[in-house]
Parts: sequence; C-alpha cells; structure tokens
Amino acid sequence: MIPVEFDYVKVTSIDQAISALKAGGEDAKIISGGQSLLPVLRLRMAEPSVLVDCGSIDEMLGVRDDGGSITIGAATTHHGVMNDPLVQEHALLLAQATATVADPAIRHRGTTGGALAHADPAGDVPAAALALNASFVIAGPGGRRTVAAKDFFLDYFTTAVGPDEILVSFSIPKCDWGSHYSKFNRTAQAWAIVGAAAVVNVQGGVIKEARIGLTNMAPTAIRASTVEAALVGASSAAQITAAAMHAADGTRATSDLHAKADYREHLARVITARAVRAASGI
Amino acid sequence: MAHITVTVDGTSYTSEVEPRKLLVHWLREDIGRVGTVVGCDTSNCGACTVLLNGRSVKSCSVLAVQADGCQVTTIQGLSDGNEWHPVQAAFKECHGLQCGYCTPGMVMAAVDLLSENPKPSESEIREGLEGNLCRCTGYHNIVKSVSYAADLMSAGPTKGAK
Ligand SMILES: Cc1cc2nc3c(=O)[nH]c(=O)nc-3n(C[C@H](O)[C@H](O)[C@H](O)COP(=O)(O)OP(=O)(O)OC[C@H]3O[C@@H](n4cnc5c(N)ncnc54)[C@H](O)[C@@H]3O)c2cc1C
Ligand code: FES
Ligand code: FES
Repeated sequence: MIPVEFDYVKVTSIDQAISALKAGGEDAKIISGGQSLLPVLRLRMAEPSVLVDCGSIDEMLGVRDDGGSITIGAATTHHGVMNDPLVQEHALLLAQATATVADPAIRHRGTTGGALAHADPAGDVPAAALALNASFVIAGPGGRRTVAAKDFFLDYFTTAVGPDEILVSFSIPKCDWGSHYSKFNRTAQAWAIVGAAAVVNVQGGVIKEARIGLTNMAPTAIRASTVEAALVGASSAAQITAAAMHAADGTRATSDLHAKADYREHLARVITARAVRAASGI
Repeated sequence: MAHITVTVDGTSYTSEVEPRKLLVHWLREDIGRVGTVVGCDTSNCGACTVLLNGRSVKSCSVLAVQADGCQVTTIQGLSDGNEWHPVQAAFKECHGLQCGYCTPGMVMAAVDLLSENPKPSESEIREGLEGNLCRCTGYHNIVKSVSYAADLMSAGPTKGAK
C-alpha cells in the first residue's frame, strides 16, 4: 500500500531535530533507517504529519572509543555496527546479535539506535544492550539525560525516549568476557521466537559472573537474573543446564502463531543454556 | 512536493516527488526503470533490491526523498549493453531462474554479496541471499549461479555475450 501523505524534513543537527519535532506537533515522527517505520506506514498503521529524518546527523553516526566504554551513534546502521572493529573488540555480543537481525539489505538501512528506540519485544538488539549494561543518551527540549539500560525499556514498543525526544547514542562499558547470542527461529530470515544474549566472565574454568538478556519473553527484553545468580561458581555443562532451568522465571511470554507461551518458556531454558555454554566455552 | 536529484544507472534525474513516494515507485513510474519489481508489501521478498550508494537495499523500504543526492544501481544498470554482468551470465548459464520475478532482486543481492565476499561458501551465499524469496526455482540453482559468478569474476572479464 501507499503511505498517507506527510511532510519530510532532513535535519543535520540534534537541535534542528528537536525543533522540527516540536514544530510538527504530536504526530511528528523520527525516521532513521525506516526499516520498521516504512512497513508500518505502508500498512497505514501510522499516520505521521511529518517525518524528521535523523540519518544525516554527524553526532549520531559511527562508533567512538571513550576510554572505558565505546559510544555508538544511534543512526549507525546494523551493517556498520556489526562490522565495526571497536564493537567487535569491546562489545562482541552486540555484533553477534546485530548479525542475526533481518537480512543484509535491511541491515544496510536499519539502524541499531532505531531498533533500540522501536523496542520490538522480538527485536534482537535490546537483549544484547541489557546484557552489556548499555546506557542511553536522550536529547529533548529540556537538554540531555542519560538513562541506564534497566530503565530504558518500559513496555511493549515503549522506551524512556519521549515523543518530543531523540535517542542520540548509547554507550557500552568495554567487556572482554566471552559472549554469544542464541536465536531460535524457524526460517532463514525471521524474528526471534526466543533469543538469549549472554556475556560470561570465566576464570580458571569457573563462572565468576554472567549477564543474560532474553528476547521475546516479556513485553520488553529482560534480564534472566535468577539464571545469572545460579551460574556463579558453575564449571560444568550440567551445572549450566541446571542454572538455565530458571530462564523462564519471572518472564511473561505470550502465545502467538509462532509459539505458545509454555513452548517459549521451554525454548528460553534450552537456548539460555546454549548461549551460556557457547559464551563460556564450558 | 520535494525536489530530488538521484543518479540512476549512471544518469542523473531531477524530479518533484511527494515525500511518501517509495523509491521503487519513483524508479518504475517516474523514470521508467521497470526492471526493478515489487513482490510483497512487507519488506520480506527482496524482489525490489537495488544498490544505494553501492550497498543492497529494498527499494520498497526507502523513500525516494531519502535517495536524494545518492547513486542508485538497478538491474538495468549492470550490463554495459553488450555483455551481461558476470552475475547475469551465471544465472543464465546455471538456470538460476524460472518465472524470473525474483531475479532482479536476487542478482542485485548477489552483486552486493560478491562485492563484500568475492569467494563465498555455499552457506555464506545462502545467508547473503536470506532476504530474497523465490517461489519457483528452489534455491539450489540460484546458489550455484552465485558460486559460478564468483568463479567468473575471479577469472577476470567474462565473455557472456548478450
Ligand atoms: C522484513 C524485516 C525483518 C526484520 N527482522 C528483524 C529481526 O530479525 N530482528 C530485529 O531485531 N529486527 C528486525 N527487523 C527490524 C529492523 O531491525 C529495523 O531496522 C529496526 O527495528 C529499526 O531501525 P530503523 O533505523 O530502520 O528505524 P525506523 O524504522 O526509522 O524507526 C523505527 C521507530 O523508532 C523511532 N526512532 C528511530 N530512530 C530513533 C531515534 N534516534 N530516536 C528516537 N526514536 C527513533 C522511529 O520514530 C520509529 O517509531 C526487521 C525488519 C524487517 C522489515
Ligand atoms: S517488494 Fe520490496 S521486499 Fe518485497
Ligand atoms: S524464478 Fe520465479 S520467483 Fe524466483
């Protein structure tokens, strides 16, 4: 279908973006890569008055080294993020999760910041951002603020970014732990039925600490905290499998045409164990 | 209306477009590049794949205004008019199509894949084409075509007479 009529402005600075959002009123919308928004517009499930294109704001593009952390511009494409040497060295889990997003053509346009702001519960990037303890820089009419990952994802397609605000970038503390993203889907290219993103600190063959994010097990990506606690001290595959039995604790999986909730819970346990084993090498 | 200038297959076009116009509709309806087709309404099938500044994109999922100032290569820009592009020659040689509907997108996705990975393995080809759906051929001959194209391209200029 053809989208409804709207205006379009391309902005080159954050200030321009915020002014354009304000001028456009409550139906103004940001467009970044458009890979989630354009399908929605074509189905006429959204009718924006104006699209504010933030894909050409320098500050929102590319990855930089900030010493203890790396900062990723929100408009950096999935393809740019997963191939970036800093991401590969210091936040490998993000590259691993991003590489499973959609297909190459969508990864050339779609942006990691767009995926985080969109916050689809089945999206692959939020779980990795949670496990990596990312923090988010949000700009709005009142200035800038930084929000921790645990406070960023609020609900189904809802984040801490307000309608008059823009996600500028997100930062990830450098992490050299083993990592793996395990995604369960039925066809070559599809959304996760369930996904598990794990970073694991192993010393002398024993797990010291683990952080795990789950995809599509609740209205937002969530941490598998019970598993994380149960993994401390684990040094065998059997112990990892036992800890992963808690993966569905506290989750709120839904039933849809891809899977029933109890099957999702089963999958969460299985693929959490797989992700932790691959990440830890145990 | 918005004013855009886009270079398509080497020729520069200037147009007035509605911001809601999809790049694929602009290519087909406004400048007559009908080699690029639409196969779905969900960004899934990849039939509409073109190169935007050298990288594959689904032209049904880009606004024409977003392509302002960019270079677009469609299936119609691959050949110089005398010889097929090696990927086209390989699809012909390996029978990588039946009805041909998915072929413009398959070929463009393959061109993009080979520009990043000139010697892909079979599984890398399958992954590289995961955003392109074919309803007739089954993927075996398409994968063979891409593999053969890689051989042709590493062997130098082809003699794929049109
Ligand atoms: C066929 C298909 C398959 C897909 N498969 C997957 C998959 O397997 N896994 C997966 O994770 N994703 C998948 N995606 C979605 C893909 O990851 C999108 O690229 C991503 O979700 C959105 O990024 P974008 O830059 O394209 O955002 P856009 O589409 O431009 O925007 C999405 C939403 O976020 C808002 N937004 C964007 N940027 C900002 C910002 N900087 N600040 C504030 N708000 C902003 C927009 O207003 C809009 O509401 C798929 C998409 C398609 C079409
Ligand atoms: S028509 Fe563009 S992906 Fe199907
Ligand atoms: S050849 Fe018919 S859809 Fe692929």
